[in-house]
Amino acid sequence: MEYHLKTPLKKEDVEQLDAGDIVYLTGTVLTARDEAHARILEMHEEGLELPFELEGAAIYHCGPLMQQIERKWSVVAAGPTTSDRMSKMTPDLLERFNVRALVGKGGMNNVAESLKGKCIYLAYTGGCAALAAGSIKNVPQVHWLDLGMPEAVWELEVVEFGPLIVGIDTKGNDLFTSIKERARESFLNK
Amino acid sequence: MTGKITYDAVVKATIDTIKEAETLLPDDVIKALETAKKNESSDVARSQIEAILKNIEIAGNNSIPLCQDTGILIFYVDIGRDLHIDFDLKGAILEATRIATQQVPLRPNAVDPLTRNNSSDNTGEGLPDIKYDFVEGEQLKITVAPKGAGSENMSVLKMMNPTELKSIDNFIVETVLNAGGRPCPPVIVGVGIGGSFDKAARLAKSSLLRTVDDMNDEEKAVLSRINSLGIGPMGLGGDTTALAVYLNTSHCHTASLPVAINIQCWANRHASVTLGGDE
Repeated sequence: MEYHLKTPLKKEDVEQLDAGDIVYLTGTVLTARDEAHARILEMHEEGLELPFELEGAAIYHCGPLMQQIERKWSVVAAGPTTSDRMSKMTPDLLERFNVRALVGKGGMNNVAESLKGKCIYLAYTGGCAALAAGSIKNVPQVHWLDLGMPEAVWELEVVEFGPLIVGIDTKGNDLFTSIKERARESFLNK
Repeated sequence: MTGKITYDAVVKATIDTIKEAETLLPDDVIKALETAKKNESSDVARSQIEAILKNIEIAGNNSIPLCQDTGILIFYVDIGRDLHIDFDLKGAILEATRIATQQVPLRPNAVDPLTRNNSSDNTGEGLPDIKYDFVEGEQLKITVAPKGAGSENMSVLKMMNPTELKSIDNFIVETVLNAGGRPCPPVIVGVGIGGSFDKAARLAKSSLLRTVDDMNDEEKAVLSRINSLGIGPMGLGGDTTALAVYLNTSHCHTASLPVAINIQCWANRHASVTLGGDE
């Protein structure tokens, strides 16, 4: 099935999706990698307010290549980064904030349980940074640029961003894990 | 010797070569991806390869980097032994890296390993990584291979026991299996066997400069075992997990068997320029 969704995402938007479905996103996505995840959790711990909204948010595991011309930022290239680096921090993040979609590549180990009933994992084709840049129409804001260009939180306005493959759905089905399990079986039987 | 090589000429040629490597993929890789697209039996897998091919076209047409991870830069410099270089060659490559970061542009990826402070120009202690070699002739050849972290992070080195020769293939296949979709498959697998701890890694990485059609039967056999795993493009299942496997060897100590596996994503980026000599 193919779905066209708008951010902020509601619980019902993501609950209808099954692993293997195709999704196109329109609206705002927030980039966040290792350092941004750590800072979000630290600030929440200290009771501080975040400078961006995570309610219904789509978080894009991406460290974009940006260019600033006359103080205005534009996207040069913005493909997904390896999501599994964020796997350890994700359950904590989802417990504290109603993030509805994670977009990245390569899958995430041991997060299916914490996604159950509330959030989906969407896979974008790794390395397709020039293709992705085409669906990013505007860069309204950047936060935490002190972390460096790749690690900062970029607000990206996207139109029909995709195709994104539902890698982990809200029922606990994990496409990546089942493919890897099958691969391991075939490896051990050789 | 005609056409004396200058500092400025090296800077300019290096910037152009970095740009070429970041925005255009070598033909052999594109051909291998096109063949893989034809042979894929899974729809999802085919959609991933189609996206990759479209991405390559957009990047090439617009002269923008193929991937936002423009990598750290690895340079291979072959210096003709009849060549006289009376300037700071390393300085020229560093300056080209700084200028290319602005001009191409490249994402600033170089950070201090402990403080994680970003140098913002892709240089720093030991970066870019430059490997020098002396060769016959009077030319200077500079090759640049940008290496991204997604695939680099899935690479491993193991000091194997000399009697474990037969399990090298298993080690390679299992490494690709463990990596799954993380290194952006279809991957290219560079393997260094022998040498020493560090040389095995260098062999593995430099083997990535070979072309896809240059595989021998042993390499093809390992490739076919990897592809039978079914991990597929991006780990979403399919027939194409790897495009090539290269096994490069070197003599080693009788008590040693170092094996290094350097994984490369589908974007096996590299480009070369030759300066000087009779052209």
